[in-house]
Formats: sequence, C-alpha cells, structure tokens
Amino acid sequence: MKLKLASVALGALMAAGPALADLVFPDLSYRTGPFAAGGIPFSDGYQDYFTLMNERDGGIGGVKARVIECETAYNTEKGVECYEATKGEGALIYQPLSTGITYQLIPKVSADKIPLHTMGYGRTSAANGKVFEWVFNYPANYWDAASVAINYLLDENGGSLEGKKIALLYHNSAYGKEPIPTLEALAAKHGYTLTLLPVDSPGQEQKSQWLQIRRERPDVVLMWGWGVMNQVAVQEAANIRFPMENFIGNWWAGAEHDVSPAGAAANGYKSLNMNRIADYPVFEDIRTHVHAKGLAAGDGSNVGKVLYTRGMYAAMLAVEAAKKAQEIHGTPDITAEMMRDGMEALEMTAASMEALGAPGIGPEFGVTCAEHGGSGMGIVQQWNAAEGKWVALTDYIAPDDEVIAPLVEQDSMAYVAENNLSLRCE
Amino acid sequence: MFYREAGDFKTSYVDDSQTFPIRFDRYRYYAVLMVAFAVIPFFVDSYWANAILVPFLIYAIAAIGLNILTGYCGQVSLGTGGFMAVGAYSCYKLMTAFPDVSIILHVIAAGFITAAVGVLFGLPSLRIKGFYLAVATLAAQFFLVWLFNKVPWFYNYSASGQISAPERTVFGIAVTGPNTEAWAKYLVCLLFVMVLAWVARNLTRGTIGRSWMAIRDMDIAAEIIGVNPLKAKLTAFAVSSFYIGIAGALFFAVYLGAVEVGEAFGIQKSFLILFMVIIGGLGSIFGSFAGAAFLVLLPVLLKNVLVGTLGWPTDLAAHIELMIVGALIIVFLIAEPHGLAQLWRIGKEKLRLWPFPH
Repeated sequence: MKLKLASVALGALMAAGPALADLVFPDLSYRTGPFAAGGIPFSDGYQDYFTLMNERDGGIGGVKARVIECETAYNTEKGVECYEATKGEGALIYQPLSTGITYQLIPKVSADKIPLHTMGYGRTSAANGKVFEWVFNYPANYWDAASVAINYLLDENGGSLEGKKIALLYHNSAYGKEPIPTLEALAAKHGYTLTLLPVDSPGQEQKSQWLQIRRERPDVVLMWGWGVMNQVAVQEAANIRFPMENFIGNWWAGAEHDVSPAGAAANGYKSLNMNRIADYPVFEDIRTHVHAKGLAAGDGSNVGKVLYTRGMYAAMLAVEAAKKAQEIHGTPDITAEMMRDGMEALEMTAASMEALGAPGIGPEFGVTCAEHGGSGMGIVQQWNAAEGKWVALTDYIAPDDEVIAPLVEQDSMAYVAENNLSLRCE
Repeated sequence: MFYREAGDFKTSYVDDSQTFPIRFDRYRYYAVLMVAFAVIPFFVDSYWANAILVPFLIYAIAAIGLNILTGYCGQVSLGTGGFMAVGAYSCYKLMTAFPDVSIILHVIAAGFITAAVGVLFGLPSLRIKGFYLAVATLAAQFFLVWLFNKVPWFYNYSASGQISAPERTVFGIAVTGPNTEAWAKYLVCLLFVMVLAWVARNLTRGTIGRSWMAIRDMDIAAEIIGVNPLKAKLTAFAVSSFYIGIAGALFFAVYLGAVEVGEAFGIQKSFLILFMVIIGGLGSIFGSFAGAAFLVLLPVLLKNVLVGTLGWPTDLAAHIELMIVGALIIVFLIAEPHGLAQLWRIGKEKLRLWPFPH
C-alpha cells in the first residue's frame, strides 16, 4: 500500500509537466531484449533525422520537432504503457516497430484520433484506407513482401514455379503468420507447395526446423524473422550447408547484424528490402549537423546501415507528411488530425527524394484516402560477406495486386463486421 | 497503540471470527475500499488506469488464484500463463459467439471453463508432487500455448492469429474496446477483485481452505485424519484456475484489447505470477496484492523516475531497472523469506505493542 501511495505521489508530479508547442514524435523503441539488435539502429536513424531537421532546418516549417523515446522491449504491455504515457504530450504519429504492439494500438489510435504508421509491418489490411482511417502502412506491407519474393522467384525460374517446394520459416507470432494467406493463395496460382515451419519466440531454438529442411530439401526457404531469430537461422543454414542463394529473408531479416555472426558462410544470403542502401548525401548532413555536435542518438555507429537507413526513411516520411499537413492547413502548429490529412496527401516522387538528399531511397508512391498502402514494391539484395555489404540484385519489383487486393478487401471487411464500422471515402 | 485490542469487546462468535477482528484494521479496510470505489474513479486518467491500476488489479486476481493452489494447497504450478490463455480465449470465443450476452457473464463463464481445464491438468497432482508436479504443469503451459497457436478456430481464423476484443458494454457503458473510459475499466476490474478477494479470503478460512492447508502441511497426515486428497487437490486446482481464468479474460478483454498467445501468455507470465506469490507471501491474500504491486508498480515507478525525472537514456534505465528489481527481490527474500505479507504481519505485531514493547 505504501508503495502504491509513493507511486501515486510521484506519478501525479510527473503528470503535471507543462505542454510545449512542439511537434511531438514519440519513438516507441526497443534497445533491450532479444529484438534490440534491430530496434537500436532503427531508433537511431529515426531520432537522428528529427535532430537533423531541428539543427539544419530549424525544425519542421519553423517548429521544432521533439522526440520522446520510450522503451518497449518489444513487449505489448510496455507498449501500452508507452502509448498512454506519450499520447497526452500531443503525439502526432506512432511508429511502434512491432506488429504485436500495432494490433494493440489500432483500436486505441482510432478512438484517440492519432495516426499510426506501420511501415512494412503491422496489420496488412490497414492498407485499405476506407476501413482504417488512422492506420497507414505505406510504402509496402507483408503481403506485398511475400508477393515480391514470389515474383522474384518466378523471374529466376523462367516464369514458372510449378512443382517447386518452398518452405516458410517464420516467427510464431502475428508478425510471422501475416504472409501465410498470401503465400497460400500464390501457391494455388503458381503451383508450388508451401511448407510452414514456425519458430517460437524469440527464436534461438531452431534445430528441429532445420532438420526438417535438411530432410525435405525445399528449393527455396523464405524467412519471416526478427531479432535473434535471423542470426540463428543464417547460422543453422550454414551448418547444414543449405545453398545460401536459395535462402531469402523478408525485409526485417536482412540487416548487417543478421548475417555477420555467420561470417563467410553467410555469403550469398538474400533478403528483400523496401529502401535502397547507398551513401546518401543526407548521411553527410547527419554526420556534420548531428553527430559532430554530439547529438547522436545511441552511440552513433549505425549510420548507413540497413535498419538505420530504414528508421531514417520512416522519419523522413513522417516529416514530409507533417510538412504536407502544414501546407494543407496553413499553420505550422499541426495537430494529430491535421497530420493524418498530410499523410493522406503524401506524394513521394524521385524528385522529392532527391531534394531530401536521399535519391531513390524508396519507391515512388502516393497515398490517398482509400489507399493507405503505397506501391508495395521491394527490391532483392544479396549479402557479400567478403566486402561486408548488401548488394542490390534487382530494381523495385511490383507485387501481384491481383492476388493481394482481394485478400486485403476480405480481411479489412472482417474488421468492419467485427467492429460495426462504416466505410469512408465514398 | 494503533492495533489496540483493549476495549474492543466481542459479544458473539460471529464478531469474534470476522476477518478483521481489530477495530482499527477493520476501519482501515473500509477506508481503502472507500478510496478505491468512491474517490479514485473520479480522478483516474487513462494513463493511470491503463498502465498502472488495471494491470495491478488483474495481476492481483491471478496472484490470488495461484496463491490458493501454491500457497494454501502446496501444489507448485508453472502453468499459470497457459490457464490465463484459456480464460482469454474462452472469453474471446464467447464474446464473438454471443455478442448480446453481458461481458460480465462471459468473464465468469471463462473462469468456469478455465476451472474445468485446470481440474483436467490437476489430475496428475494426485500421483506426483513437488518438482515433478511443476514439470507436469509446465507441460500444460506449453501445450495450451501451442494449442491456441495451432488451431485457427480459437482465433476465428484471423490472418495473424491475434485476437481482438470488440466493444462490449455493461449498463450501456463500454468496458471493452477502444472507447472505454478509464474509470469504467478500472471499476470493472476493481469489482471483480473485491468480490474474488472476499470469496478467497472466506474460502481459505473455511472447511475447504483448512483441508487445503492440511494437504499442504502434510498430505499423509491429512489423509489419515480424514481429508480427502482427491477432493482437496482438485478443488484447489478448480478454484485457482477459476481465478486465473478470470484474470486472463480481463487481461485480454479489458486491459490489452488484443493479444497473441505466445507473447502475452508465455512461460514468462507463469514465472512472473509465481514470483508475485513468492515475494508477496505464500498463503496470504494480502501477500498476493503486495506481490502484484511490487512487480507491476515498481518497474513503472522506476521507469518514470529514471527516464522521466532524471532524464537517463531509455536503454540504460531499462537495464538498471532490471538490476534494481532483481536486487530488491533478493534483499526482500533474505530479509524475510515469507514475503511482504510476513513483514506486514510483523509490523502489525510491533504496532500492537508500540510504544510499550515490553
């Protein structure tokens, strides 16, 4: 009881902080736990870009951006705590980098009217803006990723996957299960057989799955992994001498730290990516305006890495949407609802990306009221262990919308029925 | 001085055997109830409800449930997370299958379903005990989580295997779903906690509770004096699972709103609740509350102090927080192996004599 009282007193003290007229971007990051290896570079990139805006441009449209970091450890309960703690600060947009937390937040942000941007993760059918007013997952989602991978394989195999065996090694959670309906629908269309190999979280124990792979000899192994699971999987694949060029991870299973522990054995491992890796001019700006001034998030060692680039790209899209919102509403002090309008009017073109100092970082796409999912395009990259870097193998590959669109429609309509919603944009 | 018995005359057996025989203690209990029911609901905001009070109350129910089994009946269980999952999934299936029935009834029904599952997994306890029983309940934990992951019927064939609570109301006020007011969430949980804690307290004081404790203290002796071990052990499993099932149903429907079984009800949840019971005090209802408060509130408090007030980096604070909580657990268990409840008991004894300790 005493403890409770003490925390009551302290909490009351904390809640009484003054509200500043900043643009608030909460960063629900995870720098601890089994998924920290991916969470740290993403969060560093996300925060550094907002710092760059403040230091180089004097804020966004003249208003400073304020990032509130909150540690979730990829845990949904802590995610809820972080959301509740930050939403009162005037949060403009949430990017939790966790599919589990995303599912928690979808109903909450819809009630609180704060946009949620789940870039390449989260609930795939949120791409349907007619149903999900406050949720965005541009530029691409899991079902796009699955389709991009299959399209790449089709291309490799002369347009036919008839009789091929594809295994999906996935994190046994909402995240890992998301691509299954798409891969099954595509299996029916292209005639490959799909084997499902779930790996329980966090994914350090995969011996039996790889034994099964060794026994069944699938032609291709696709992986939906995250955190420590990726490193273990690449190592296990090396141990059974699985041909690395037939092992394709999704875009959350294709960062430097996923492959480097396996050393030279990881050479040739492929993964998808939704943002290109290059030495963009914007990194130079970050080094001079942020790191040189000692304002780097984290230890500053991650600039240019896959997930750092993606975190920075996420921040870049948020900043562009905020600028759009300022333009639409004619005021620099935007609210979360104005931010949503900006996101729905977001247009990323080759010219605009070049102007931001990151030419070709992502695909070109536009967001509309009905379409929150972007173009869904992704590239395939391959790990070169000798040089220690990812090499892009393809240009942006388009997903098979013929298969995905009905799946999105079906899943989002199920959400409508569950929650008695009415459709927008009509 | 405060806990004075002098002048507090009892004139009937009912008075003499009440839960709080000392007048001051009784008034304190009423005061706590008053504050909880009549003051907090008017001031609670959504941060306090969602991040602090609701999880505390729900974990307290789960801890009371496990305390009945482990603390009162002496049967070690590592299946708490799995049983919470049974409560959550049965609540979800009931909510979606019978949308017009009150959510309160669904939560209670979820408790009964969990009780049935608990009895089933309690059967091995008739033949094995101690560590071996712990391993058997561990099997329940893994089996149940696997089951809810594997069989799509349990999550209504959703693409991701997540279950999400639709909006349900009590007397026209939403208690689940995103539009729930903070006070409604809090009051629903508080009501369950109060009724369940009251029932638990009285069960453990009565015949059933005494037979549980007899089994705990020495099962052979208990059998010789006429306690039926089958009945005692299985009722303990049933009542304990009922509580844990209700905690699981509230955890899913009221607190989180969406869960996936491996993440929310994994083995770490079983351990967390077992730690609450051990730190709070085995065989004590107050201990269940104290343990839940310790393990739910302390991390939030530390986070707010370290990050919010002192402005430390979040990762450093998260690591330091683990170290502080871990160190405090060790300190508490060395200082008082019987848990926070025993510290409270000693404190009361001291206060009874104070200021004349001799």
